[in-house]
This record gives sequence, C-alpha cells and structure tokens, in this order.
Amino acid sequence: MFSAIFGSVEQGFIYALMALGVYLTFRVLDFPDLTVDGSFVTGAGTAAAMIVLGYHPAIATVVAILAGFLAGCMTGLLHTKGKINPLLSGILMMIALYSINLRIMGFTVENSVGRPNIPLMNSETLFSQFYSWWGSLGIDESINGFLTSLGIQYVPKTWGTVLIVAILIIIIKLVFDWFLKTEVGLAIRATGDNKKMIRSFSANTDILVILGLGLSNALVAFSGALIAQYTKAADIGLGIGMIVIGLASVIIGEAIFGTKTIVRTTLAVIAGAIIYRIVLALALRVEIMDPGDMKLITAVIVIIALILPQYFEKRREKSRKVKRHALRESKRLIKSKESENLA
Amino acid sequence: MLKINNINKIFNEGTADEKIALDQINLHLNIGDFVTVIGSNGAGKSTMLNMVSGALSPDFGQIMIDGNDVTKLPEFKRSRFIGRVFQDPMSGTAPTMTIEENLAIAYSRNKKRSLKVGVDKQRKEFFLHSLESLHLNLENRLNAKVGLLSGGERQALSLLMATFTKPSILLLDEHTAALDPSRAELITNLTEKLVKKDNLTTLMVTHNMQQALDLGNRLIMMDKGQIILEVEEKEKKNLTIEKLMEEFQRIRGEKFTSDRALLTS
Ligand SMILES: Nc1ncnc2c1ncn2[C@@H]1O[C@H](COP(=O)(O)OP(=O)(O)OP(=O)(O)O)[C@@H](O)[C@H]1O
Ligand SMILES: [Mg+2]
Repeated sequence: MFSAIFGSVEQGFIYALMALGVYLTFRVLDFPDLTVDGSFVTGAGTAAAMIVLGYHPAIATVVAILAGFLAGCMTGLLHTKGKINPLLSGILMMIALYSINLRIMGFTVENSVGRPNIPLMNSETLFSQFYSWWGSLGIDESINGFLTSLGIQYVPKTWGTVLIVAILIIIIKLVFDWFLKTEVGLAIRATGDNKKMIRSFSANTDILVILGLGLSNALVAFSGALIAQYTKAADIGLGIGMIVIGLASVIIGEAIFGTKTIVRTTLAVIAGAIIYRIVLALALRVEIMDPGDMKLITAVIVIIALILPQYFEKRREKSRKVKRHALRESKRLIKSKESENLA
Repeated sequence: MLKINNINKIFNEGTADEKIALDQINLHLNIGDFVTVIGSNGAGKSTMLNMVSGALSPDFGQIMIDGNDVTKLPEFKRSRFIGRVFQDPMSGTAPTMTIEENLAIAYSRNKKRSLKVGVDKQRKEFFLHSLESLHLNLENRLNAKVGLLSGGERQALSLLMATFTKPSILLLDEHTAALDPSRAELITNLTEKLVKKDNLTTLMVTHNMQQALDLGNRLIMMDKGQIILEVEEKEKKNLTIEKLMEEFQRIRGEKFTSDRALLTS
C-alpha cells in the first residue's frame, strides 16, 4: 500500500511535466491539442532508442525533447498554415506519430524498420546514473534507520527518486511561470485569450500558436523520456489516453487549488498530476480491478473531476446565500431592537 | 501620411450576395489630421478602416502610410504603427490577463518581443502614470483582470493601449457606440485629449452626428461604398447637423437614413 502510493508520487512528478504541457495548450493557448498521445511516445521511444544505441541518457533525453517540440510545431503548422481545425490537426499528427514512433524505435534493430517496444532493463538511464551517486551518499540508510527506530515499518527503497523528480519539476515550474510573464509569454497568453486583440498589437498569432504547441509537446516528450527511463521500457502503447490523463491532472488540480494566478495554477496542475496517480493506484488495489481497467478508471476520474466542482459550487453559492440572508435578518433585528429602546 | 488610392472591394463577387463595399475610394490624410467618418449602415466605413489596418485586403488599389506602400503588408506587421479601438469593448483587451499585462502587450507593439519580463519596475511606473491620466482610478487596480472592468473602463484602457506608443495612424470604429451616454462622453473627451497630446493622425467612424462635428478637423460622409462628401477644416467649423442632412439630400436626392444615427448629442 505504502510503496504503491510512494511510487505514484514519484510518477506523478514525472507526469506533471506532461500535464503542464497540456495546460499550456488547452488552457493558455485555448487549443485542444491531441498530439500528446503521439508525442509522449515520441519522447519515450527516442530516448530509449538512443540509450540502446549507446548515447548518453542526458543526450538521449534532450533529443527526445527536441523531437516532441518538432511534433508540436507540425501540428501548429497544420492548423495555422494548412487551416485545418485544431482538433483534427492534433489527431492527424497523433496518428502519423504512431508510425513515426515505430520507426524511431526501429532504429535499434537491424532486421526490421519498426519496433513496438524497447526494454531498458540493463541500460544506463538518468535514474540509474543518479542512483549510483545517490547510493554512495548513504542518505537513504540514515533516513530509513531513523524512521524504523521511530517504529515506522514501511519505508521506501530510496528517497532519491522522489527528491530528484521533485526538484526537477519545481525548476521547470519556475521557468514555466517566468516564461509566461515574458513579452513572448504574454503574447502567447493573449493569443489564447483574444486573437483579434493581439494581432492589433503586432503579434504574429500563427508563429505564437506554433511556438506554444512546440513547447507544450516538448514538455510532453520530456515526460515520456523520463517515464521510459523510470519504468525501464518504452512501448508504442504508452501514449494511449495520455491526453485524457493530462486533462484529468489539469482539471483535478484546478478544481482543488483554484486558478487565481498563473503561479498558483501551475502548482495546481502539478498537484493534480500527483493526486491522479494516487487515486489511480488506490483504485487499482480494489480486488475486482484489473490493470486493463486503468483507462476506464481514468475516464471515471475525469468525469468525477468535471462534475464534482459544479456540485460544490452550487453548494457554496447556497451557503453564501444563507449567510447573507442571516446577516440581513440579524441587522433587521438589531434595528428593531434599537427603535424599541428609543421608544 | 495616409493615402488611400482608388480602393475597390467587392464581397462575394459573382454570387447572388455580391456587394460592392468600396467603390473607388480616395482619401489622403496629412500628419495630425483627425477625420471623422459618417454614413448610413452598410456604407463601407468599417470596410475602409479594415483596408487601412490590413484586416481585409482590397481587390484593387493601394494604401500608403508614411510614404510606404503597405497594401501587401499583413495585418500584424502593419499594427506596429497603426493603433485601433474597436466598437465592442471586449475586442480590444485580453480579459483573463491583468491591466498591467495588457498594457505590457500594447507597450511592446513597436518592438521585437523578447524573453524580457513584460512588466518590470520601470514600465510599471510608466503604466501607472499613463493610467493616472484617465482619472478612472485604474492605477490602483494594476493587477485586476481586465475581464472585471466595465465596458467604459475597458474602452478607456483600449484607447490608452492604442495610443501610448504614438502610432502613425489611429483607427477608431464606433468606439463609443456600445456605451451609455455618460460613458460615451467620457471616452469622447478622452479621445480628444489623447489625440491632441501626440497630434495623432486619426480616422474615426461614428454614428453620432454631434460627435462627428465636435471632434476632428475634417469630416467625410460615405454612402454605398463611396465618399460622397468631404468637409475641410474651414467649413467644418460652421457645420451643423441640419446642414449635413440637407447636403446629403441634395447629393443623393433622398433622406439620410440610418437606424443608429444619433441626430442629437
Ligand atoms: N466579410 C464580409 N462578407 C460579406 N459582406 C460584407 C463583409 N463585410 C462587410 N460586408 C458588406 O459590405 C457592406 C459594407 O459594410 P461595412 O461594415 O463596411 O459598413 P459600415 O459602413 O461599417 O456599416 P455600419 O454603420 O453598419 O457599421 C455591407 O453591405 C456589408 O454587409
Ligand atoms: Mg461598421
């Protein structure tokens, strides 16, 4: 139980990168981009293929991010230059990426052009390299020794993963927040808000949409590259329903933590990604659930996350009304008392 | 400054809906000219402004700004030196962004947008000062989302955003039409003040005859895609609504009709 939740938090931080990407398109740019299902695997496949081919995992990850960026730009080009509707542009790119991803992973084999999965069991990854350094510090032993001395039975194998992914996502979040406040960032936000307005202030909305989609899918591919290294495998089916998971994270986060400012919303999205993973892990522990039910559970979580806030909002509105009513009543009471006293 | 040469525009050419929106339009504005544009509904006033801004391109003809032919320049490039305020208060601002962020977007219209933070200390000072000149107390709400402002406040903000980079041309398309009379008057006064301050070359469409007479140094009247009357600086000073009406009747042989024309102020 504990280890399942701990693992969800680790993964949640990594998937949060993808969720930030989805937030950038769906919310900031107001562009429902479905490229994500494909570009996530592009990230995972590119990183895995390059690692297997002997490249340093850091280089493999950087190239994976660039590949995601390109994929997003292609979707942007389809929409802005090809005048194809946003949803369709994303779907077209997603389906095209399926074949492209097979070919990318196929670079690792000689006797065929495509390959549906790459195991990384015995390969160096960013995580394995990090562990060999982290393990030498002996921090896990001291923390866990301390915890067991307190009588806590379930301790994780390592604290290193959660720490490093948390640091990574915090850095990315800070850069993300900063970017959305720069002149270019402001223009991207305005593009999602009011295209007519931003065009009248000399911004090329086509370029901004392409750039936004590129950056979003770069984040998604980054997330995919890390997941492949974390789970030690890349698979062509990894991306199925990824967009829904991203949306789930955004919606859950926004519903719980609000959207008052950008800084707060990006934090909410990251928290949403982690909460989603935990809920999913808990749901899968129910006896009758099978790992194959994961997508169904995802859909149910998103549906709940969409409906529940409406319900809460209604209740909040009602309690506000009751409060205001009570306030008015008490004021009236005080007034009538005062006039009685005067009389 | 601005030269509109022989502009033609036909919508839906060759179909049953064919509409000649602009028919051989010629108009020259000198630096500092403030031309008010009146005319019945569908006369082609908005279309003419859209030709200048680049939102639409003419079938034939040429647009020159500052001596450069801009006919083929896309809208977003032209808007470096063209300020615009639209009729709909929603159109000119980004509602989910704050007042200062909106101002920052307007501020970088004539510069290359970079990875510099949009609202830094120095700019904030400048935004504060500019907002103070509106006397709407917006300077105390720099971090309020623009979506929360009233229509009049938004239009005032749009006007400021359109003008504070001193554009070569300012285009106003019925920018007070969606406001109640007192707000409209506020924006009208503000327009006069801001245009005068930087001596901006301005083209303003209005359905309010009095406004058209009060503001600007020249006036044109459009009908059915043509400029049917041009009033120059000297004559405009003694012009009245009655005279304008008579003039229209004389030229067109029919009564001036416009369901939105405000004959009184
Ligand atoms: N995009 C378009 N497609 C087809 N017809 C158009 C288009 N834009 C304008 N028109 C037509 O061109 C003519 C001129 O329109 P325009 O908007 O310039 O008039 P206007 O003088 O601004 O009128 P109003 O006072 O009502 O705003 C109208 O008959 C209009 O129906
Ligand atoms: Mg019009």
